[in-house]
Amino acid sequence: MAGQITFEPDDRYNAFLTTCRHATHGTGKLAGVAVAVKDNISTTGIETTCASKILKGYIPPYDAHVVGLLKASGAAVVGKTNMDEFGMGTTTENSAFGPTLNPCDTGRVPGGSSGGSAAAVAAGMVRMALGTDTGGSIRCPAAFCGIVGLKPTYGRVSRFGLIAYANSLEQIGPMGKTVTDVSDLMGVIAGYDRHDSTSRDKPYSHSPSAEIRGLRIGIPQEYFGAGVDAGVAGAVKAAIGKLEELGAVTVPCSIPSMEYALAAYYVTCTCEASSNLARFDGVRYGPAADTKKSWHDAYQEVRRDGFGAEVRRRIMLGTFALSSGYYGKYYAKAQVARENVRADFSRIFADVDVIAGPTMPTIAFRLKEKSDPLSMYLADILTVPANLAGIPAISVPCGRSEGMPVGLQIMGRPNEDERVIDVAFAYEQAVN
Amino acid sequence: MVDAEDQVIVGLEVHCQLDTQSKLFCGCSTDYRSDGANTHVCPICLGLPGAMPALNRKAIQYAMRVAKALNCEVLEESEFSRKNYFYPDLDKAYQITQYDKPLAEGGYLEIESDEGGEKRVRITRVHVEEDPGRLVHMGNSERGKYSLVDYNRAGIPLIEIVSEPDMRSPKEARKFLNKLRATLEYLSVFDSEKEGSLRVDANISIKGNERVEVKNITSYKGVEKALTFEVTRQKNLIRRGQRIERETRHFLEARGVTQSARSKEQEHDYRYFPEPDLRPLRVKSWVEDIVLPELPDARRERFMAEYGCSLNHARTLTGELRLANFFEQVVASDRIGLSPLASTWIADTLIGELNYRDMSLDAVDVAGFTGLIAILKAGTITDKSGVEVLRVMLDQRHKGEAIETAAGIVKRLNLAKTAGDDGVITAAIAEAISENPKALEDYKNGKAGALNFLVGQVMKKTRGKADPGELNRLLTEALASREA
Repeated sequence: MAGQITFEPDDRYNAFLTTCRHATHGTGKLAGVAVAVKDNISTTGIETTCASKILKGYIPPYDAHVVGLLKASGAAVVGKTNMDEFGMGTTTENSAFGPTLNPCDTGRVPGGSSGGSAAAVAAGMVRMALGTDTGGSIRCPAAFCGIVGLKPTYGRVSRFGLIAYANSLEQIGPMGKTVTDVSDLMGVIAGYDRHDSTSRDKPYSHSPSAEIRGLRIGIPQEYFGAGVDAGVAGAVKAAIGKLEELGAVTVPCSIPSMEYALAAYYVTCTCEASSNLARFDGVRYGPAADTKKSWHDAYQEVRRDGFGAEVRRRIMLGTFALSSGYYGKYYAKAQVARENVRADFSRIFADVDVIAGPTMPTIAFRLKEKSDPLSMYLADILTVPANLAGIPAISVPCGRSEGMPVGLQIMGRPNEDERVIDVAFAYEQAVN
Repeated sequence: MVDAEDQVIVGLEVHCQLDTQSKLFCGCSTDYRSDGANTHVCPICLGLPGAMPALNRKAIQYAMRVAKALNCEVLEESEFSRKNYFYPDLDKAYQITQYDKPLAEGGYLEIESDEGGEKRVRITRVHVEEDPGRLVHMGNSERGKYSLVDYNRAGIPLIEIVSEPDMRSPKEARKFLNKLRATLEYLSVFDSEKEGSLRVDANISIKGNERVEVKNITSYKGVEKALTFEVTRQKNLIRRGQRIERETRHFLEARGVTQSARSKEQEHDYRYFPEPDLRPLRVKSWVEDIVLPELPDARRERFMAEYGCSLNHARTLTGELRLANFFEQVVASDRIGLSPLASTWIADTLIGELNYRDMSLDAVDVAGFTGLIAILKAGTITDKSGVEVLRVMLDQRHKGEAIETAAGIVKRLNLAKTAGDDGVITAAIAEAISENPKALEDYKNGKAGALNFLVGQVMKKTRGKADPGELNRLLTEALASREA
């Protein structure tokens, strides 16, 4: 039955930037289910800011493809969730509208950049939420907040309406308390969209299966090397042990290209971002410069005042890397490194069905703990390979370390999102 | 041919709007010219956050027709890139264009050279890109209070055709452009009559000197004008022993001069990189399926063979699709009979009359014009009256007055040739002779000019209606009777 739900959450964590008190819903698979949407996904009539001052007041005149699908499934879009500005961050502290707190420990960050979505699910304000993952932005907050989050295969979910940060890397994906919720939401949002030329005709209609006997799991040594907390590594190894108990076979492997993965990732995403974010000039939407100056001076003013420090840093890095004479040194090289990452995965997947390891090298940071950008970038090392290769990857809670949730990451072959869902489901069923 | 010391060297970059129904990356209509600002826009062509481009297949098909007609090689894989720069008419702050992997490369177009023969101008590349929006300056662009932006044009598909520096004069550049226009129109991918559908950047140098890029040329005539100005400017500089700077100049159409662009504008670093929202294009196999229509050169040869047109007439008539079609429609009813008159009257007379009125051929009624040619062929009016009838017909169209047939105009203005026996010519002759006794005297004294003078006088009196042959006969007779 179509209808309306009242949504008045006790948002102690600053998970939402916008809430819709009265949200309508239709009929269908998700009839009446409250779904939160990350604030970089366009929603008709609902302010969409990417947690940036530069988009304050922007109300999209159109729905992102996935939002249209959500509505068609009967779900109620109840609000827009907080995030690192334009998705640039690993903590949700880079929001122009204040950080989101981790519901498991309000002294800690929820992870990012989809921290608002993760916190909203973890705190039980919504059953499921949409996030986006450019270099780990779904999986990191899922791991830090103790929920499930899937970064689908690149192209399985349309990006039309997702306010681009790094087009070639990012995907919209489902987040939920359980693997089943994530699978159900994936079933709604996946599929071809003619408005997204990079989308694939691979709809998802799968019910998770816990049967993993005989499954071959690759365990890359790099995922348990220096920089990975012992507590986290221990929890993940125990989880992998559980999968072995369920009949899976583990195989040690190596991803040597990971040495260059972070560099390739940051060059690619900053280059694309410098171009994507150039349109925010105050001419068509967002706050305009109140100035009598010439247009280029007005642009400078709008962009200087409208973007946060991390966004300005990445725009400048990307602008520099694409400059005449540097393209070959940075962007082109990054694409070569990316090819190497793909090749490594492809070699490993010839022998194993999935790859498992920790989602994040640590538990959730304390608020303001990561003050220098470089140490924050390093935290993405285990999640960016899946984005560089475009493969599916899921984070599922696997115990705790220092009382905080730890995420088990399962990566799969391109278009085998179903299989990573199954492995996560098998683990979830076994421990609950 | 060995280039002279002061040889002019010209290469062109031509941007034409492809005449598709919808824009390059969205479904918005391209038919925006008669509508209000920002009425043909959507999230995609406005570059709203989150919108993504979806390539218009038709635009690529059109561009490939052009590539094939220009004898280019379509690349196995081409790709779109982003050209990043800030400007208020550019809604995404980048233009989706093609950079190091264009659609097609390495062709040629044959034009008539300045020496009269045919010559090949090599085509470097053909690529597809989107048009930006349009700024409307309120007052002077530098000092005006503000500018308005109209995004109706944003996302219109453009084809960019880059030539090698193979042209040797402004006139050859104009010929190249005319030939290119004709070719694109024959391919049904371009409408040259649409305002702003063509933009040209020209590279010009005097042999051995730096080259100058002239931007912002928006008309066919403008190319020749801008380049002629540049040739003079550059040669003058050289003559005075000055160095020519490598620079970008803007053509100011109204003043017919070029002006140095501010150096700031030359320092653009466009930071090209592949457009991540579009997949690489692999369309080479489509080439085989393209059936090219008859192109201008073939049609010119056919006009000569089939209608007996002279080379010059055939070249003029086939130089524009509309003109060639018009000619064939006019002569359709009587190919053999009407062709000689129609080719002369269209190529020599009609074009001039249209240019004089700044009218398009579209305004000329085929049936009306055919009627005029038929009357001329029947010989019932003189050529002079024919021109008068044509002018009346065009003026009526131009001013939106009621339209008369050629026959109607002939009748109303009483332009039918005056036959010898109706007395009008005889009377006019008698008048002319009695008014000009000196001429009669001269004639008697054998001065050849006298007869011509009297013919002119009679023509004046009959307002050109007298058939020249008939008039000559009657006048000679009359003069002979005076002598007797």
